[in-house]
Amino acid sequence: MPRNTLLFRLQLAFTVAVCAFLVAPVVLSMLAGVTVNYFDGINSGLTLRWIIEVWSGYRDTLFLSIGIALACVGLCLLLGVPAAYALARGRSRWTRLVEELLVMPVAVPGLATALGLITTYGALGDFRTSWTFILVGHVLFTLPFMVRSVAAVLAAIDLKTLEEGAASLGAGFVRRFFDIVLPNCRSGILAGALMVVTLSMGEFNMTWLLHTPFTKTLPVGLADAYASLRLEIGSAYTLIFFAVIVPLLLAMQALARPRKSRLAIDLNRPATDSP
Amino acid sequence: MTQAPASLSITLQACAKTFDDGTRVLEPLDLSIAAGETLVLLGPSGCGKTTTLRIVAGLERPDAGGRVLFDGDDVTALDIAQRNVGMVFQSYALFPNMSVAENVGYGLRVRRTPAAERTARVREMLAMMRIEALADRKVDQLSGGQRQRVALARALAVRPRALLLDEPLTALDAKLREALRTEISALLRRLHITSVYVTHDQAEAMALGDRIVVMSHGRVEQIGSPREIYQRPASRFVADFIGAMNRLPGRMLAGAFHCSGGSIAWPQGPERAQEILFRPEHVRIAESEAVADLRGTVSATFFLGDRSRVLVDIGDDRTVTLEGAMRRPLRPGERLGLRIDAQDLLTF
Repeated sequence: MPRNTLLFRLQLAFTVAVCAFLVAPVVLSMLAGVTVNYFDGINSGLTLRWIIEVWSGYRDTLFLSIGIALACVGLCLLLGVPAAYALARGRSRWTRLVEELLVMPVAVPGLATALGLITTYGALGDFRTSWTFILVGHVLFTLPFMVRSVAAVLAAIDLKTLEEGAASLGAGFVRRFFDIVLPNCRSGILAGALMVVTLSMGEFNMTWLLHTPFTKTLPVGLADAYASLRLEIGSAYTLIFFAVIVPLLLAMQALARPRKSRLAIDLNRPATDSP
Repeated sequence: MTQAPASLSITLQACAKTFDDGTRVLEPLDLSIAAGETLVLLGPSGCGKTTTLRIVAGLERPDAGGRVLFDGDDVTALDIAQRNVGMVFQSYALFPNMSVAENVGYGLRVRRTPAAERTARVREMLAMMRIEALADRKVDQLSGGQRQRVALARALAVRPRALLLDEPLTALDAKLREALRTEISALLRRLHITSVYVTHDQAEAMALGDRIVVMSHGRVEQIGSPREIYQRPASRFVADFIGAMNRLPGRMLAGAFHCSGGSIAWPQGPERAQEILFRPEHVRIAESEAVADLRGTVSATFFLGDRSRVLVDIGDDRTVTLEGAMRRPLRPGERLGLRIDAQDLLTF
């Protein structure tokens, strides 16, 4: 498209305006976290004071959130991938029912799920006060995302025939699952895992009800900070959140990148070699 | 080249298949496949040919009472992973997460074949199918014909006792289909491996099969060599399904079959014959209308290169098709006399 037409200029201006509208709050919030006094603006000078204050006061919530997110993604992998496989293989009325039921925790407000958990298991003292109570809530909420994203990939490949092909070559069920099924739904597993980590790290609704003073997660601490402390502290908290979640997500992507397959056959090696 | 020490004979005894919803897709079937034989299961879709193959493979269990024997041993209860048969699928079923060489070597990996032996065998298979250059390619970088070569190499790499092919050429275009058909035919003869080949394409069946099983609606219509099936079809269905057929209604009268356009002398013709069938290549053009069996008007001609196909309108909305090398070009509207020998007539 020619760059000098009026239409192009208008479109460019519109795009820039929309971007500015979306990006400005993020930038301002990040700046607020390192400004001496937000109400005096950036002229009051930059400081790391708020970040240090948050770090000393709230770093436990950060570690707890990461811990819960990782445990959550682990459980979702263990439960969700086999579940998605079972749903993909057995197409009957029952599997469709299960598929629908599985999204209920997403449709039902988090507060309602949390209340349900508390009324049912709240009396189990140690469980109620431990971080695993929050973990259970998070798994309930995130599992559908893992199952859906893996199931979508499995539905796109002809899984049945691929497995029959592997079986005809002598591969039993376990072998097929690890050699054929898992590698071919890698992209779905990665998408699901990223989603689960992100959702778990940021989950507030349910966690707000499930937490105890000793099991505060990052978003709960953030709400505390915004509600009862200075705006600068809340913003510094957000900065730290970004600093943690972005590398974490990048690391997960790197981890899931395909490497040289362990099934590789090196045809360039002389065939007469003994192993 | 080394193949399995001895080829396998396969026997099906009273193998029927009823699906969970109660549909009978295969009536009880008895079938013996000799060692080294190529048997083609031929029929329209839904005739039970693929189900039969899947029962041989171990991907389906026959209904209670059915038995599958490999060299006389009952393998009915074994699943496909334990039967040591090679299988080639219509959709190829190559593993997208593996390269061509990894695909071909997978069966050997599963069998824990030592790496060096595996590499040698993979290389041998790739050479046999003339796809060495593709060894490191991913499956999604291959054409349909290349995929099917990889699938064949993969199935044969484990030295299976039998090779089972489920419409392997159906997904390919016509020219490639013919080339690969010739190649598969030569391969099966050379390896002398027991093979079962499923297709709905009669030309493929004729070219490949030592014997053909024609199936329809879950039943066997006829089993025989390609020549037998073509020349002596056992039922109207087989006659219709294999090759082109002329079909004329009429009745027998004094040693001749009377129908639209005239009558055909048929001294041995059964009195109850209501309809005759004959092939287009068995129809000849008479010297004159006076000595003809049937008379009519040319309605259309098609030049096919090595031969011509002529449609002759014999009245009452009936058309006879004839095929062959025409001595002179025929024009639509021309009157024509036709002759058909009694020995070429069929009735059911």
